Amino acid sequence: MSNPADRMPPRLTRLSPLTFVLTMTAFAIVIVSVGQVAPTPGQLINGGPSMVRLVDRMMPPNLDPAFLSRIFWRIVETFQIAIAGAFIGIVLSLPIAWFAARGVGPFGNLGAFLSKAFISFLRTVPDLVWALLFVATVGLGAVAGTMTIVVDTIGFCGRFFAEAIEDSEKEPQEAIAAIGGNRLSVLFGAILPDVMPSLINTSLFALEKAVRSSVVLGLVGAGGIGQELKAAFDLFQYRNASTIILVIFLIVLGMEWVTDRLRRRVQ
Amino acid sequence: MLDLAADLPSVTSGTMTNAVVTTRGLRKSYDRKTEILQGIDLTIRQGERVALIGSNGCGKSTLLRCLIGLHEVTQGDVTALGETFTGLPAGAQKARLRRQTGFVFQKHCLVRRRSVLSNVIHGMMSEPGSWRAFSQMTAPEPWRQAALEALSWVNLSDKAAARADALSGGQQQRVSIARALVRRPALLIADEPAASLDPVSGNDVMALFARLCADHGITLLFTSHDMAHARSYADRIVALRGGRVLFDKSTATTTDADLDEVFRV
Repeated sequence: MSNPADRMPPRLTRLSPLTFVLTMTAFAIVIVSVGQVAPTPGQLINGGPSMVRLVDRMMPPNLDPAFLSRIFWRIVETFQIAIAGAFIGIVLSLPIAWFAARGVGPFGNLGAFLSKAFISFLRTVPDLVWALLFVATVGLGAVAGTMTIVVDTIGFCGRFFAEAIEDSEKEPQEAIAAIGGNRLSVLFGAILPDVMPSLINTSLFALEKAVRSSVVLGLVGAGGIGQELKAAFDLFQYRNASTIILVIFLIVLGMEWVTDRLRRRVQ
Repeated sequence: MLDLAADLPSVTSGTMTNAVVTTRGLRKSYDRKTEILQGIDLTIRQGERVALIGSNGCGKSTLLRCLIGLHEVTQGDVTALGETFTGLPAGAQKARLRRQTGFVFQKHCLVRRRSVLSNVIHGMMSEPGSWRAFSQMTAPEPWRQAALEALSWVNLSDKAAARADALSGGQQQRVSIARALVRRPALLIADEPAASLDPVSGNDVMALFARLCADHGITLLFTSHDMAHARSYADRIVALRGGRVLFDKSTATTTDADLDEVFRV
């Protein structure tokens, strides 16, 4: 009779040769990348005093009422870009996500594949690149920023909405189909009520993301407070820049606080 | 506990001459290798209450779904409520068929986050202007009235505004019965409607079912693992075994030996 200890499975799973090669390659890529583009300790030590000098020139932040008034209206514009862009993006994401949801959408698996590919394309191109494209097509200003947020939101919400729709409860859908409902009836009657908390959650994340994006879009001329930040750095007005950075920090923090509370209510 | 079974009228003595459902040589396989249904010949007449019994995996649920085109028939044909099809019913045919059919699932299959009234109004989905059945908010007044009336049949009028997931399992199944009956279908199909309920609630639901079908002249076809339900609430028992009809008898002539044979290993 064999000893039961002989049948004890090994603590570590044996790696196949292919897995071993792929793991080693991944490690090699990380090490080479860190060696080539990460800052060296010398660079960090040399950069330290420069950073201290820059922070010193930023202090104290500019609290001149005329400047603050100008910043206020830029903040309003930033919020408008974020809210309008996120709203339009969320609304457009719903039908696109429905088309992309496998087994649920109206255009079958091919339609789902093409819709998912479209969403992936929108998501993989960075928002600053979209902003450059829209600045080139519709000109400098808030409209280009809003269009950027729309595209960015579709890329984000489209994916998560589609996944939520695919994962929604199947039994009520079957019940509505058995009653005689068509695909649209199943969508509005069973799927949307079921996934609504998830959609709201994702939409709030999208709004938060839109606010973060909209503050930097101005760096490439797409409106909002980022435009003021770029101007402040370009003109070496570092005290103005520090005020703007503080304001951006407060905006993003406030937005996260609000969306966190809303999310908790939805749960 | 509701005591509705006691005075159920016997449909066998009434008019049940017209076939509501007929299948001829119905075969169904999911992977072209294993045949779930192996040539089912079945006729259900108007006003009958038929219990479909058999062990797990014998094809009961598949047969029910094939009858209204939820699953594709591999071979043979189905005539249900005047609509004959092989494979799947065509678009308009499917709509006509489902408009006259109510379906109750083992799990109530309600939309949990919607109100009870909205769930019952979902039963109107196959009517023209079906988008208005998405919710009680958008439904026309006659549909709201019909839904409330259907809820009164299952003694849940007072729960119309409650969220579906706030109800007990038995109450949710009663809501699903109201949803199936709101259009007053000619045929009601129920797939183990009492299986997910405790014995008392299960009996209540079955009694309610049989009573409402008798009151409204609806033909009832249900599956069950509970032989007491089959004996109490059906006029006829059809037993499946291995995808074939083992026997098809009136309840009165079905013996214990017949039932033992159905579940014999």
